[in-house]
Amino acid sequence: MSGSREAILGAIRKNHVQSERARPPVPLFDQAAPSDLREMFQKSLERMGGKMLTPDAVDPMAPVRQAIVKPGPVVSCVPEFQGDMQITPQTKPTDIAPVEYAVLRAAFGVAETGSLCFTEKQLHVNTTGFLPQHLVILLDPAQIVYNLHNAYQRPEWTQAHYAVFQSGPSATADIEGVLVHGAQGVRSLSVLFHPVS
Amino acid sequence: MTAELHEELTDPHADPHADQLDHGAASSRPLKSRISEPQPRGAKIRGNRPVDQSEAANRFMAATEHEAMHDARLWDLRQKRDKEMHGIEEWEELRNLASGIKEHTLSKLDYYLELFEKNATANGIKVHWAKDGAEHNAIVLEILRSKGVERLIKSKSMLTEECGFREFMAHNNVEVIETDLGERIQQLDDEAPSHVVVPAVHKLRTDVASVFAKTIGSDPDNADAHYLTECQREATRPLILSAQAGMTGGNFVVAETGTFVVCTNEGNADLSANTPPLHIASIGIEKLIPGLDDLAVFIRLLSRSALGSPITQYTSHFRGPREGGEMHVVLVDNGRSERLGMEKFWPGLKCIRCGACMNTCPVFRRSGGLSYGATYAGPIGLIIDPTFNVHKYRNLPYSSTMNGSCTNVCPVKINIHEQIADWRKTLAGDGEISPVKKVMMKAAGEVLASPVVYRASLPLGRSALRHLPHFMLYNKLNTWGRKRDIPETPKQTFNEWYRKNRKQQGEGEKS
Ligand code: SF4
Repeated sequence: MSGSREAILGAIRKNHVQSERARPPVPLFDQAAPSDLREMFQKSLERMGGKMLTPDAVDPMAPVRQAIVKPGPVVSCVPEFQGDMQITPQTKPTDIAPVEYAVLRAAFGVAETGSLCFTEKQLHVNTTGFLPQHLVILLDPAQIVYNLHNAYQRPEWTQAHYAVFQSGPSATADIEGVLVHGAQGVRSLSVLFHPVS
Repeated sequence: MTAELHEELTDPHADPHADQLDHGAASSRPLKSRISEPQPRGAKIRGNRPVDQSEAANRFMAATEHEAMHDARLWDLRQKRDKEMHGIEEWEELRNLASGIKEHTLSKLDYYLELFEKNATANGIKVHWAKDGAEHNAIVLEILRSKGVERLIKSKSMLTEECGFREFMAHNNVEVIETDLGERIQQLDDEAPSHVVVPAVHKLRTDVASVFAKTIGSDPDNADAHYLTECQREATRPLILSAQAGMTGGNFVVAETGTFVVCTNEGNADLSANTPPLHIASIGIEKLIPGLDDLAVFIRLLSRSALGSPITQYTSHFRGPREGGEMHVVLVDNGRSERLGMEKFWPGLKCIRCGACMNTCPVFRRSGGLSYGATYAGPIGLIIDPTFNVHKYRNLPYSSTMNGSCTNVCPVKINIHEQIADWRKTLAGDGEISPVKKVMMKAAGEVLASPVVYRASLPLGRSALRHLPHFMLYNKLNTWGRKRDIPETPKQTFNEWYRKNRKQQGEGEKS
């Protein structure tokens, strides 16, 4: 409420008991970064419950086709793969609910945590990241950064209205610590290294 | 209802690599309650009368199966945290940075709040300000009414617990659906969350089975965690799809970019925010940080401290509404600006609600979060609950062994156990203290008043129970002496070793 804004800011100014503290500079902590980040990314992703698909040099999309084992609609947000359900400008967020698989391309990956970044640009409709049962994700190995410090140097943060790090599938252990994938979001998440063509 | 079980969920032993079960809030080893036992309930709330934590704690400890499971799970999280910490060379540097960034931001909070407001507004977010819980609830209700919202889906937020949000909405005919599994269990059981990160950690699987059987129609005889989770997913999904508005909290607010960040393991915040056309985020004013460089520090620390996992499965950044959508942020004070002026207690505002201090606290682990009878339980609760109501929570600062373990694990380096001691002194000064506690306090006071003894009780950030005077731990007056097992502490810390070695070299120690 409008009066509250002034009241809160006023109370803060009045109550400051400490003098201003300096803002500490944050290093990137990346001296130890290996030049090839693929292995580190893979290890981190698997730890978070994600799967790595084995690339096929002859037929690059074969691993994606093989990962799609359950019946149901497949949505593709990448030009390399053809889905059987189209996203159009009229598609509503809830229209994604029946989708079994979504095929997406990550904006970039983070080796430290096995995270994949998506923004509205990659998702087309934001719910394609969460409402489908399973995700199959293409990641350009050249777009992997070493750690989260490097990740937050990327341009996406000031370009997109929505950006998410997804690190493995949806997980819960709220009942006696038993790990279950697919609490609300996706039940499985697979990644294929595939450069942007 | 028969839940459709997807094959990857039907076999709990599908993953042969038990040591890989270390993401989310998963236990690193199988835990399973053996018997079903009635769930002990939390502290008895009698209006504004002081909460008797030890009475509720005794009941929790008497329920041995609950106590054992709770203790084992939280201790497991603490150990996972330690393992993560050892894997990161710059861990202590990150903690120093996190503490420094928060102190800097809090010292210029008015500036950063205005900066966030300016940037968020420029991106199309509508920013509101609420002095207290009541004002927060009124603002949200007005937004919901203006859109004719009858059903709201919500991800976990401690702030809305502070505001009594769900009860308020129930009175105003708005259906609120919690989408975090643990929080949903608590909502369906009409009970508050017992832990800031794992809200239903005090319940056994059989407790959950009976709640779900009564509320969402699951099989009362099936207490399999996979089955129960699946039942909840199937029951909640239609509600998510039909809700007209979504609500989240915010773990961090980045002033320079006008972004707020939400961390979950289930993806429920993303569903709540992205499925309905309207997204409202309720955020405490202390969540501000300056920029994205700073955010990296906190994201690296949060889940590692909370659960011993490198990051939450979902880390979501909201900077503006999506096309055709609407986004509101309600910045809530509710006592925070006043706390900023408390000479000794303002550092409590640095808290990022990771729960590490709870997981490590021997009192919390043995007594359960609901025994505190307050929104915030465990060590962080002891130092912030009295700022909400000094009379009602006057006994809480005594629910501590003063082992300093909370301070040692805190990712933002809040001097928790020193603040607990300061509260004891403050409350004694106010006459807000019972006679038994007064004797105990004197004992604590003696230790804390002596720099030599005090240092000995905190050797280089280790648990220091071995050094506390025996009478303080086992004295009959100490309600915590009777059934507490004292966590093992290392025989010799670096400081002790150093001092001894220096002494051997003939350099006497002055203290
Ligand atoms: S006080 Fe520290 S350890 Fe406890 S919840 Fe807050 S940030 Fe975490």
